[in-house]
Amino acid sequence: MYTPSHFTAVLLFALFASVVFGITQRSETRAMVRYGVYCFSLFVLGTIAASWVMWLIKH
Amino acid sequence: MSTTKAIMKESAVQSKAGPKKFSAWLIPGLGHWMQGRWIRAILLFISITCMFALGLAMRGMVYAPNTGDVLDMLGFVGDLGDGGLYILSVVFGWGHHIVQVVTADYGTKFIVVAGLLNFISAVDAHSLRVGRKR
Repeated sequence: MYTPSHFTAVLLFALFASVVFGITQRSETRAMVRYGVYCFSLFVLGTIAASWVMWLIKH
Repeated sequence: MSTTKAIMKESAVQSKAGPKKFSAWLIPGLGHWMQGRWIRAILLFISITCMFALGLAMRGMVYAPNTGDVLDMLGFVGDLGDGGLYILSVVFGWGHHIVQVVTADYGTKFIVVAGLLNFISAVDAHSLRVGRKR
C-alpha cells in the first residue's frame, strides 16, 4: 500500500490534473505549458491557503 | 443549398466520430494519438493512468453501480470515465474494499478525478477532430 503524506498527495494530484488541463484548455504549446504551470500553482497555493484557514479556525 | 451541404457534411463527421469518441474514452489519449498528436496523447495517457494507478495503490475504492447515496452515484459516474481502466478494475476485482485510512479516501478521489479528466480528454479529442480546436 502506498501511503504518501498529505502534501505529496496534493503535489501528485496537482501535477496530473494540471497536465490534462494545460493540454485540453489551450491550443498552442507555449500557452499549454503556461496554463499548466498556472493551474499547478493555483492547486498547491490554494491548498496551502485553505490549510492555514482551517488551522486558524481550529485555534 | 450550401447550408444543406454544410449540415450533411457535419452530420457525416458526427456519425464517423462515434467509434473514435468511444476509443478516446476507452484508452486515455487514444483520440489524440489517432489524430497524430502523439506527445499530447502520451502525456494524457501517462497522467490519467498514473492517477488511476496511484489511487488503487493508496487502496482507493472503485464505485460499483448503485442507487444509494447521491455522492456514491456521482462517484460511479466519475469512475465510468476511466473507460478501459474501469473495465479492468471490474474484471480483476481491483478497488473493492472498504475505505479505512485517510490515504484510501484520497485514493478514491484520485480514481474519480482520473475518470473526469479522461472525459475532458475525450471531448478535447472530439473538438480537434471536428475542427473546433487546433
